[in-house]
Amino acid sequence: MSSRIVNWFKFSSPATFYPLAGRMIPWFTAAAVILLGVGLYMSFFVAPTDYKQGEGYRIIFVHVGTAWMSMFIYVVMAAWAGLGLVFNTRVSAMMATALAPTGAMFTFVALWTGALWGKPMWGTWWVWDARLTSELILLFLYLGFIALQSAIDEPRRADRAGAILALVGVVNIPIIYYSVQWWNTLHQGATVSVSQGSSMGTVMLWTMLIMTLGFWAYAIAVVLARVRCIILERERDTTWVNELEGGVR
Amino acid sequence: MFETFLAIVRRDLILAMRRRSDMLTILFFFVIVVSLFPLGIGPEMNTLRLIAPGVVWVAALLASMLALERLFAIDYADGALEQMLLAPQPLSLLVLGKVAAHWLVTGLPLVLMAPVLGIQYDLSLDGLRVLVITLLLGTPALSLIGAIGAALTLGLRGGGVLVSLLVLPLTIPVLIFGAGAVEATISGLGGEGHMSMLAAILVLSLFFAPLAAAAALRVSVE
Repeated sequence: MSSRIVNWFKFSSPATFYPLAGRMIPWFTAAAVILLGVGLYMSFFVAPTDYKQGEGYRIIFVHVGTAWMSMFIYVVMAAWAGLGLVFNTRVSAMMATALAPTGAMFTFVALWTGALWGKPMWGTWWVWDARLTSELILLFLYLGFIALQSAIDEPRRADRAGAILALVGVVNIPIIYYSVQWWNTLHQGATVSVSQGSSMGTVMLWTMLIMTLGFWAYAIAVVLARVRCIILERERDTTWVNELEGGVR
Repeated sequence: MFETFLAIVRRDLILAMRRRSDMLTILFFFVIVVSLFPLGIGPEMNTLRLIAPGVVWVAALLASMLALERLFAIDYADGALEQMLLAPQPLSLLVLGKVAAHWLVTGLPLVLMAPVLGIQYDLSLDGLRVLVITLLLGTPALSLIGAIGAALTLGLRGGGVLVSLLVLPLTIPVLIFGAGAVEATISGLGGEGHMSMLAAILVLSLFFAPLAAAAALRVSVE
């Protein structure tokens, strides 16, 4: 009877997760290369020129995907952190740690490409628009998480402190977002809205989806590679690491 | 339960009264930061009136960050905090008591000082009144949210700077609604909506922040 129950915790041990991650990395790397290659080709050569925004609009194929990923990764990170806190599983906490730099990178790229897009379209690098401001605050939240974890020497304490911070952050994100939005409308600061307004062409939509899937695959591959490094670093004194093929030591 | 809360508040107040200079340092930091802005921007009264709510609020935010380091550090150093963790009473209640005492010592003086600074910026009487009310609602929320950060960074090197990095992004809604209420009142729009939001944030943080801070303390002291 008990053998029929799926063992959800099978891969929660670093020793079983490490080889699984190693097997998954090539697949996601290949997917990322193919999807991003196709997506970039489509965004440069297939997608038509926008009649209003000209060629400059093509940056949104990178921008929108990275912005989506930046928000999504924070939620995933908080979910892993929460799992680690509840079930006390080490791999969950390591996943949260591994996700943070990738999320911060996507947030930064989203802000950067947004600025590059804003210059030709709005005539300014930066406006205090609600979305831009919340994205900036999201970057601060990522940096706070990374800074807290790197300030704590003891890994288990770093895991759990980071988990609490990530959960507090994820509760706060909606409050921050709506308060920033309200602040923005009251100030009447930016008259330009980020929303595209016009319905998007099918080719553009597909390009954007392919690019986003490519970013997904990239994020998964990179995070798994990073989590493998973290596992090796933390478990270097265990027998299974020393028995790995090739010898880590 | 309430007796425990009162006992903690009384104890922390007595301890704070023995080190009055700590309290004054934070108050003077607040006054100096607010007084620096006219020197940097220029004595043009119209400009100053415009930026007054934001300046006072940002200064209050920074001053409360500065104060956070002391919230748990002394009890952590002399071992009293470990006894609190072992106490049969819920830890979040003790944390709430500590935060209440901390606010009375570091937050309330800022609230009382704010109207004087508002006069420096030529705020109207209505504006001053709303400034005091929003600070009264907002600074406890700042102390509560800050307690989470203070508990997380307990005993870490560079804890003071780190706690600001962690807590400041989380306090942005308080800043927005606090300064917004004063601005809306000055411009004649009425700040009631902002104040309701501020009160809502205070209630939310009263409920959740002690729980999160207690969990963080258990992680940090363990």
